[in-house]
Amino acid sequence: MEIYLDNSATTKPCKEAIDKMMFVLENVYGNPSSLHKVGFEAEKEITYARKTIAKLLGADTDEIIFTSGGTEANNTAVFGAALARQKTGSRIVTTAVEHSSVYESCQELSRRGFDVVFLEPQSGGNISEEQLSEAIDGNTVLVSVMMVNNETGVKLPVDKIAKIIKKNNAPALFHCDAVQAFGKIPVRPSKIGADLLTVSSHKIHGPKGVGALYIKKGTYIKPLLYGGEQQRKIRPGTEAVPLICGFGAAAENIGSMSENMEKIKELHNYAVETLTGIDGVEINSPGDCLPYILNISAVGVRSETMLHFLESREIYISSGSACAKGKKSHVLTSMGLDAARIDSALRISFSKNSQKSDIDILAQYLREGMDTLVHSK
Amino acid sequence: MKEIILAKVGETALKGLNRKVFEDMLIKNIRRKIHTLGRFEVVSSQSTIRITPLDDDIDMDDTAEAVGKVFGIVAYSRACIAPKELEEIKKCAAEYLADIFEENVSFKVESKRSDKKFPYGSPEISKQVGSFLADTFPNITVDVHNPDYTVTVEVRDYAAYIHASVVEGAGGLPVGSGGKAAILISGGIDSPVAAYMMAKRGVELTAIHFASPPYTSERAEEKVKTLLELVSEYSGRMNMYTVPFTKIQEEIQKSCPEELFTIIMRRLMMKISDRIAVQNGCQALITGESLGQVASQTIGALACTDEVADMPVFRPLIGMDKKEIIAIAHKINTFETSCLPFEDCCTVFTPRHPRTRPKLDFVRRAEAEVDWENMINEAIENVKVTKIGE
Repeated sequence: MEIYLDNSATTKPCKEAIDKMMFVLENVYGNPSSLHKVGFEAEKEITYARKTIAKLLGADTDEIIFTSGGTEANNTAVFGAALARQKTGSRIVTTAVEHSSVYESCQELSRRGFDVVFLEPQSGGNISEEQLSEAIDGNTVLVSVMMVNNETGVKLPVDKIAKIIKKNNAPALFHCDAVQAFGKIPVRPSKIGADLLTVSSHKIHGPKGVGALYIKKGTYIKPLLYGGEQQRKIRPGTEAVPLICGFGAAAENIGSMSENMEKIKELHNYAVETLTGIDGVEINSPGDCLPYILNISAVGVRSETMLHFLESREIYISSGSACAKGKKSHVLTSMGLDAARIDSALRISFSKNSQKSDIDILAQYLREGMDTLVHSK
Repeated sequence: MKEIILAKVGETALKGLNRKVFEDMLIKNIRRKIHTLGRFEVVSSQSTIRITPLDDDIDMDDTAEAVGKVFGIVAYSRACIAPKELEEIKKCAAEYLADIFEENVSFKVESKRSDKKFPYGSPEISKQVGSFLADTFPNITVDVHNPDYTVTVEVRDYAAYIHASVVEGAGGLPVGSGGKAAILISGGIDSPVAAYMMAKRGVELTAIHFASPPYTSERAEEKVKTLLELVSEYSGRMNMYTVPFTKIQEEIQKSCPEELFTIIMRRLMMKISDRIAVQNGCQALITGESLGQVASQTIGALACTDEVADMPVFRPLIGMDKKEIIAIAHKINTFETSCLPFEDCCTVFTPRHPRTRPKLDFVRRAEAEVDWENMINEAIENVKVTKIGE
């Protein structure tokens, strides 16, 4: 039986999302912009999904723009905000641990003349308030910081940023990439003072290819795409009705976040307990991280070797950080881990469907791997 | 830190012998408004309603926002609960106010001691808490005349409450205390505002909408539902009655003089609404008319339409300018939806030159050319009911 513990990379779509998408594909084929009934039915379906997402975020429906996923939402936010405000300032403050869709967008803006500051994580893999306060100045037009880091589950101090922007008189918009946090902990843009916030469907048991960007009422950003009146012209183009509805259904099906969290905490603790019993296995995630993610090192065996060994036993996890293939992880380095530990880092990520028995089996084969695989020097 | 909400009732407290009825209604409305957020205890004492969350994971920002939309509450405060010990009160106050007192702000402390068994008097409580706060936060200064924050310490029956700001509530009277009335709603800017204003005076709402497919679209009806959902945030749930109006409008077009299209249409709407309203226990009709705004809203035209209604017609916007109406529409978040461009029953069949001073005799005579009774009955029989705000 396959054991899937790579839920931060993607999740398996839930039945409710699949059923909804099948229903919509078969029955609701209209273009939501068409004036006739067939079109109106499609519009009603996406409006319903929009309401669901808005409610989860504590936002109004007209603050939600559907995109083709987290990457597009992040690009729209970063380019859209920077280009809309380039006359007021030129500094962008972000971190070195952002998802590549924010990181590389900022690199591109740096090539186009923006003064981009990539804050390096300090001890514990986190960014400090002081660092933010020093970097955000009166010339800053955009601050983009993720809510939860995808490698380690570290929670960044996003609730302090709006305050710092205000205190330092920065004409900045605040964008938060909440892809890893959405559906797991309460994500409320209005509460943390975010102007822009990214969420994605396929991390919450919805389909791939759809995400959403929250844009606070009254916030103007420049669109990436042109040609149509859809979604207030911020994201024109005929909406991906089946995907959006699947996203909505998945969001509706999250259940109680606090109950899920209790369960995941228990799993997390069980995993820490079980896996540290194996010779050479070390825990990298700090204690106060999001328990859905557990970063460990199987010291002596390269990440990829262990990953493929486990794969041959039908156990699927990720190397330390799925998106930074080959590159040494900033986050792990900043945590003061030695090279041997970084080279052997593995990321286990849970979903609400994960079981204790999954961990038992993972532990069994991890131990076998440690015993049989050739250790690198 | 455990927070509660203290809500001050306004006029409700002045209602003499009926006060209990008003207060019970208000408590019921508060409970209904916040029950989806978790479990709460809602009790009234000393003209304050105390809203205490019973679950740990209740979001108090959401709760405060919801309480801010309940009519009958003039002001509310979010407060922290402290044990009735002076040292504890000081400690809790410092912890609770840490966020706002990081900055350079001025403050004063006011105390109310309704539990006279508490060993310190109000001035002593204020003095002690004030100096403790001033010692704890180096950035703050005392200003008894114009403080940025007035820290209030209330020592009551079971606990002490500390808060630093009072937020204006929705005002008005508890919905339900002012009877029940039906709002005629088309989907424009005015009628949702009129509905909101009457709900504010304690009126429970029912909505009546006229639909004329294919001249009006399903999207137009959906827009009205969305508007009513927004109004129901304040007014509570209601029924929406959608009246099929196509046949009547076509008949007006066919048989009546063009300059009277609008006035006759409105008379028929009023007649139908009056009957639906009676059937559903309403005591008045509400419209969003404002004097002189359009041809059908002159004194003469209003007199002509009122003549067919047996119950009073409330027009809360009658003396308001469009600008004032729009300001309220923004406040209750209906403006953007109202501006969506769909045809409604009032904009189809608009005459080129409507009569602004219609003569009642003349209108009556023109109307009498047709036997409307059957058509009215048919329309009422085919009314569709939609639940709003469930």
